[in-house]
Amino acid sequence: MREGTYIKQPNRALQVYAIVFLIVLYLPVLFIPLFSFNDSIYVRFPMQGLTFHWYADLWTRDTVWAALKNSLTVGLWVSVISTCLGVVAARAITRYQMPGQNAIVTFAMLPLIVPGVIFGVALLVLVSRLGIPLSLYTVGFGHLIICLPFAIATLLPRFEGFDRSMEEASADLGENGWWTFWRVTFPMVAPGIVASLLLTFTISFDEFIMTFFLSGTDTTLPIYIWTQLRFPREFPAVLALSTIILALSFVMVFVALWIGRLGAVRDQVKATNEGA
Amino acid sequence: MTDDAFISIRNVGKSYGSFRAIEEISLDIAHGEFFSLLGASGCGKTTLLRMLAGFESVSSGEIYIDGQPMSDVPPFQRPVNMVFQNYAIFPHLNVAQNIGYGLRKLKLPRADQDRMIDEMLELVQLTGYGKRRAHELSGGQRQRIALARALILKPKVLLLDEPLGALDKQLREQMQMELRRLQRAIGITFVFVTHDQEEALTLSDRIAVMSGGEVLQVDSPSGLYEAPKTRDVASFIGNMNFLDAQVTGRVNGHAYLDVQGIGKMDIPVKGTTLTEGDKVSVAIRPEKLILHDTAPAGDAIAGEIELTTYLGERSHYHVRVPGCDVPMAISSQNSHMHDPDEAKTGRPVWLTWPNDALIVLER
Repeated sequence: MREGTYIKQPNRALQVYAIVFLIVLYLPVLFIPLFSFNDSIYVRFPMQGLTFHWYADLWTRDTVWAALKNSLTVGLWVSVISTCLGVVAARAITRYQMPGQNAIVTFAMLPLIVPGVIFGVALLVLVSRLGIPLSLYTVGFGHLIICLPFAIATLLPRFEGFDRSMEEASADLGENGWWTFWRVTFPMVAPGIVASLLLTFTISFDEFIMTFFLSGTDTTLPIYIWTQLRFPREFPAVLALSTIILALSFVMVFVALWIGRLGAVRDQVKATNEGA
Repeated sequence: MTDDAFISIRNVGKSYGSFRAIEEISLDIAHGEFFSLLGASGCGKTTLLRMLAGFESVSSGEIYIDGQPMSDVPPFQRPVNMVFQNYAIFPHLNVAQNIGYGLRKLKLPRADQDRMIDEMLELVQLTGYGKRRAHELSGGQRQRIALARALILKPKVLLLDEPLGALDKQLREQMQMELRRLQRAIGITFVFVTHDQEEALTLSDRIAVMSGGEVLQVDSPSGLYEAPKTRDVASFIGNMNFLDAQVTGRVNGHAYLDVQGIGKMDIPVKGTTLTEGDKVSVAIRPEKLILHDTAPAGDAIAGEIELTTYLGERSHYHVRVPGCDVPMAISSQNSHMHDPDEAKTGRPVWLTWPNDALIVLER
C-alpha cells in the first residue's frame, strides 16, 4: 500500500522545487556572513583565511556607533509609537461599528502596497514645502507610516479574538476602565503587543528608502552601509556590519512570530476547553 | 423600602433605536429570594439582567437595589456580581487569582485575601485547585470558579446568566442542587436567567415568565404551573390541552360554559371578569386527565386512542374526542405492567378529571 492519504501524497517534484527556491533565495545572503570572516578586502574565492579583524575594526569606528545609536533611537520610538497607535486602532476597529470602517482600515493598510520611493518623495516634498529641516524626526515619521500597517495587522487578530465578557467580568468585579485595561485587556493581548514591537522595530531598523529621502546629516545604519560601499577598502567592514544586522533581524522576527504563535496556541487551548 | 422589595424594577424600558427590547417592566424581588427570568431567546430576559448589572443602560424607568437608584451607578460600583454565560474566566490568571480578582480594591493584607480565597474554594468544593490554570479545568469546575469569584465580594445580589446552559444533563442537575444549597447557605438574592422551564421550576422561589420584552406573569413555580393567567404562560410552562369555550352564564363564583367537544359545564371561577358571551379557553394539564377503559359513572368524555408514546415510567396518549379540533393529550403513570393492547389505535376510552383541574383563560 502507498504511504499517505490523497492530500498528503509525497511529491518529489515539489520537494526539489522547494529546495531550489530556498537556495536561490538565501545563497546570496549567505555570502555576506561568509566573506565577513575572510581575511582579504576582495570578495572572491579562494578565501584567504579566518579573521575577526573586520568586526574588531567596526568596534573602533565612531561613525558606526553614531549610526547605530540613531537606528536604535528611531527604531525604539517608532516601534513604541506605532504599536500604541496600532493598539488603539485595532481596539477601535474590533469594538466599534463606524461608518466607512472598511475604507478606514484599507487606508491604514495602504502603505503596505504603495512603493516606498513614492511615499519617500511625497514626504520629502511635503516637509521641504513646510520648511521642516530633515532630521531623525522626519525619518521617524516616515518609518511610522510604514510600520503602522504592520502593527495593526499583528494586533488585529488578538483583538478580534478578544471576548468582550472578560472586560465586563472585570467591571462587574469592581474595576474601572483603566484597571480593567491593565489587569485584563493588556495581559490578554500582550503577546500581540510584544510581537508588534519586535516586528516594527525590525522594519524601522532595516528601512532604507524612506530614510534615504528623509534623513539629514544624522544617518541610520542602512544609510551608513550604503555610503561606505563607495570605498572598496571599507567593504569587508560593511559585510561584518551587515552580518550583525542580519543576525539580529532574524532573531527578532523569529521571536516575534514565536510569541505570536504562543498566544495563538493558548487561544486554541482555551477554545477547545470551552467547546468541551 | 420594605424587605419585600430588595430589588425594585420600576417601569423599566429599553430601546435600541426604534426597536423596543424591553417594554415598561415593573417587578419587585425580595431579599434572599431565588428569582428566575424565564423565556425563549430574544424575550429580553438577558437584557433585563444586564441592566441590573449595569452593562446596559436603562432607556426609561429606574432600578432600585436596596433602596438605591442604579441609573447613574457604573457596573464596577454596583452591589451586584454576575456569573456569565461563558463564565468569562480570565485565561491569564490561575484559579486563585481569578477568585481573588475583585479583592484588590479592598486593600486587605495578603494573608486575609488568601484565607478568603481558600474559604471560597472550599465553598464551591474546589479545595486545592488554586494553582491550576483556567484552561486545565472542566466546564463544571469553571462554573464553580465563576461562582466563587462573584461570591467572594459578598454581593447583595448575584446575577446568573444561563450558567448551566453549557453543561451536560447530569452535571446540570448536580449544579442545580449545588446552586440551591449555596443560595440557602449564604442567603443572598439570586436573579437567574434561563430558557429552561424545568430548571426554573426546580430552582426558583418565584419566576417571571417573559415574552417579547414583557413580563407575562410572576408567580411561584406551582402558581405558574397550576394557575397560569394567560394562554401564553399556560402553553410555555409544561404541556396543556386547550378547549375553545363560550360563557353562557354566570352565577356567583361559577361560570356556565359551552365547551367544544364536551358540551355544557359548570366551573368554579375566582376571577370576576368573565361575562356572558365571552369566548374563552378551558385548559387542563395532560397528567390531570384520568384515562378509563370502561365508561365511568358521572361526567366523562368519550374518545378513542390515536397515538401512544411509551416513556417507561409513564405513557403519553393522544385521544381523539368527537367535536374537538385537536386530540387531547393525556399523561399517565404506568403504575401497572404495560399491556401493548392498551396502546392500540382506535381503542375506545373515557376521560375524567378532578373538578378543580380546569382553568378558564381568556382567549
